[in-house]
Amino acid sequence: MKTDRQVGVVGYGAYVPIYRLEASEVNRVWGGDGAPVEEKSVVAPDEDTVTISVEAAKQAVRRSGVDPSEIGAVYVGTESKPYAVKPSGTIVAEAIGATPSVSTADYEFACKAGTEAMQNCIGLVGSGMQRYAMAIGADTAQGRPADALEYTAACGGAAFIFAERSADTVAYLEASYSYVTDTPDFWRRAKEMYPRHGSRFTGEPAYYKHIQGAAKGLLAETGYEPEDFNYAVFHQPNTKFPIRVGRGLGFTMDQIDPGLVAPKIGNTYAGSTPVGLAATLDIAEPGDRIFAVSYGSGSGSDAFIFTVQEAITWKRGGPKLASFIDRKKYVDYATYLRFRGQIVQ
Amino acid sequence: MRKVAVAGVGLVKVSEHWGKALGALFADAALQAMKDAGTDDVDGLYVSNMSGALMQEQLNMGAHMADAIAKPGLSAVRVEAGSASGGVAFHEAVKAVASGYSDCVLVAGVEKMSDVLPDVVTKSLVMEEEQEYSAYTGVTKAGLSAMLHRLYLDLYAEPSDVGMMAVQSHDNAVGCRHAQYPFRMSIERAMDSPMEADPIHMMECAGVGDGAAAIVLVPADTDGVEVAGTTVATDYCSLPMREDPLTLGAVKTAAEKAYKMAAVKPGDIDLVEVQDDFTINGVLSLESLGLVERGKAAKLVAEGGAARDGELPTNTFGGLKARGNPLGATGIYQVVEVALQLRGAAGDHQVEDAGVGLAQNMGGLGSTCAVTILRRLGR
Amino acid sequence: MCGDHTEEAGTMSVPRYWREEVPRYRLLGKMCAGCGAKFFPARPVCTECGSTEFKDHKLAEAGEVVTWTVIRNPPMGFEKYKPYVVALVELEDGMRLLSQVVDVDPGEVQKGMRVEAVFRRVKEDGRTGIIQYGYKFRPVVE
Repeated sequence: MKTDRQVGVVGYGAYVPIYRLEASEVNRVWGGDGAPVEEKSVVAPDEDTVTISVEAAKQAVRRSGVDPSEIGAVYVGTESKPYAVKPSGTIVAEAIGATPSVSTADYEFACKAGTEAMQNCIGLVGSGMQRYAMAIGADTAQGRPADALEYTAACGGAAFIFAERSADTVAYLEASYSYVTDTPDFWRRAKEMYPRHGSRFTGEPAYYKHIQGAAKGLLAETGYEPEDFNYAVFHQPNTKFPIRVGRGLGFTMDQIDPGLVAPKIGNTYAGSTPVGLAATLDIAEPGDRIFAVSYGSGSGSDAFIFTVQEAITWKRGGPKLASFIDRKKYVDYATYLRFRGQIVQ
Repeated sequence: MRKVAVAGVGLVKVSEHWGKALGALFADAALQAMKDAGTDDVDGLYVSNMSGALMQEQLNMGAHMADAIAKPGLSAVRVEAGSASGGVAFHEAVKAVASGYSDCVLVAGVEKMSDVLPDVVTKSLVMEEEQEYSAYTGVTKAGLSAMLHRLYLDLYAEPSDVGMMAVQSHDNAVGCRHAQYPFRMSIERAMDSPMEADPIHMMECAGVGDGAAAIVLVPADTDGVEVAGTTVATDYCSLPMREDPLTLGAVKTAAEKAYKMAAVKPGDIDLVEVQDDFTINGVLSLESLGLVERGKAAKLVAEGGAARDGELPTNTFGGLKARGNPLGATGIYQVVEVALQLRGAAGDHQVEDAGVGLAQNMGGLGSTCAVTILRRLGR
Repeated sequence: MCGDHTEEAGTMSVPRYWREEVPRYRLLGKMCAGCGAKFFPARPVCTECGSTEFKDHKLAEAGEVVTWTVIRNPPMGFEKYKPYVVALVELEDGMRLLSQVVDVDPGEVQKGMRVEAVFRRVKEDGRTGIIQYGYKFRPVVE
């Protein structure tokens, strides 16, 4: 998919909360021995998807140099909205000063809700409907106790402000692609606290098929090969999957590594690919080309090709994602349950 | 304006009065005061109460307490000024008699804190503060004083110096029939107690209790206890607004005006009842009242200066910490206690040669202060 | 007043919350149009010159701790966060305010500690009522 006028990212931000739960601590309590990631990020009791979104959004606004009142759209993609009915987007928009001339909505498509929001912001800007549009992917993922996903269901998010490509944009979009089928690999019914999933079914027919579908579709449309890219970011539910799918497509560890943050923070669900993209922009140089593919259960993938511009060198001030990743306090399992509101009182 | 005198006083022991509701407790104290005054022919009633609206869901308490003492038709009103309700109600009552509008006024306070759970008490106390930007932070009344306490420790004193304020109050309460905790408390017990709001320890905070106290006021004659000075002052309410957080501006202003009104100097004060709901509040009050130099009050108390035979007898029946702090009634307790001292009727708690006494009742973080100076007439 | 306060709903006033959203979300105070004095929160009458005309004034978002306490017996609605730090913060522009300090162990707080504003949940109106959001501060992340 290409836009009528070229679209770029004029500012971006990312945030991860301070608390961490180690896989070894989960094993201590449940007697397992898994370690799909080393540790995952945990929200403080006073954080949620909205507060994470605001942190990322404020950083994006600061870096963008844009007057927030000119931002015409704030779209939040998440599967852990604080309200079932009341958009997270309105709170974020009010907090950053984008109101009242703004469109907001919350997007849901499991872990690809954030890139959904990105696709739509690209459309708004590319069509000329909006001058600036912000997409956020953020989550405070709920892990069912003793389930395999408890090791990895984590908290974090990233925000991207899209604008017409110019000398002020830090990267511009070459093209994007969406690949979706009805594949029920992982779901949560309304009013249920935890999702359910199809275990091994979430692999080949779900994660791999859709990422490969979107990736190959975008590569075919643009005529690029994996070696044409400096970096490749994939949805990262754990450490292994993004490496396997990336290498399977022909990418190398050097390309994948900078955007691979799951080992240290877990799977931030709708934040996963956006946060990986932010981590990559934090270290990329002008001229670098980035390949990014998300995955959301249900299922689908959004793929993007960004080329980094000069402006990146002066528009990524303030704390980088690495500062938030390195800033950590460990909690034990009981404190983790307490912080996540999972202790019945 | 004519002079006003204390004609009668009444006190109920501060305790958990499970079996008595507001009206019954109020009537106990009110009837005592009218009996002590030798008259029940009152033409005005001021009720001081802080949290009846929240704790008993009772509004319109002027009428309800007039009803409780069987005085239909009586002019009555509830006065609320947070923890300073008692002192402020007393002030209003004095004005009614001084102005000539009333000839015999009953001013009485009542509070029943035991009716509610502790977290409701905590909420009630922070309702004295500005809600949208102070209470918004989840701070408590103890927490606000704790921030001042920390500043004071940085500059002037050790934690145990300030803690001695509570120890001294307990010493003074021993044997007091109306005190909630009429026993000694060691400084070790205070300092070892868990933190309430760092750096304030739990045993440095006044407890929760029910109580009622009452005073009958009449035009002064040549003998007895006269109201030499009565003032109320306020200050900007939130901590960020304070230029010098360790000066309680409302206390300072109310005190200066009261000394002037009474034509006395701080050095003339023979005994003082201060707001020691937290030890630091008592310490800062002594300083802001001009009775002790800035930064020296904790040390003075720690060295025994606040004992009944010390240079500045303070909280002579136990203060808020040991006699008790039934919120809206406390200010009346204070004035009753000063009056008892000046009458020479304080028994084992008597301060020698008590001629002039001061009661300071404070609400919020020093946002409202009532200062009362009583003088022994015919001295 | 008794029973399970955590489930209590409908006691928080939505208009009261809504009125303070913008000042709390964006640390927006007021500047007196008469004499330039700055206030946070807004007030109806200027303390310096008595004017009732004000302009918006954006506060600095970073500052330092002047004094603080640790709340161990919270008021209703804040129980699940204990123990938490409340501090008097002086911002880089000289304005002062009260705020919680988060992402820090209470024992780590020091006088002069540099802190920056963050957006957090403040409390909830039970299980079914609205969620209150607003500013808190955390140690500066470089």
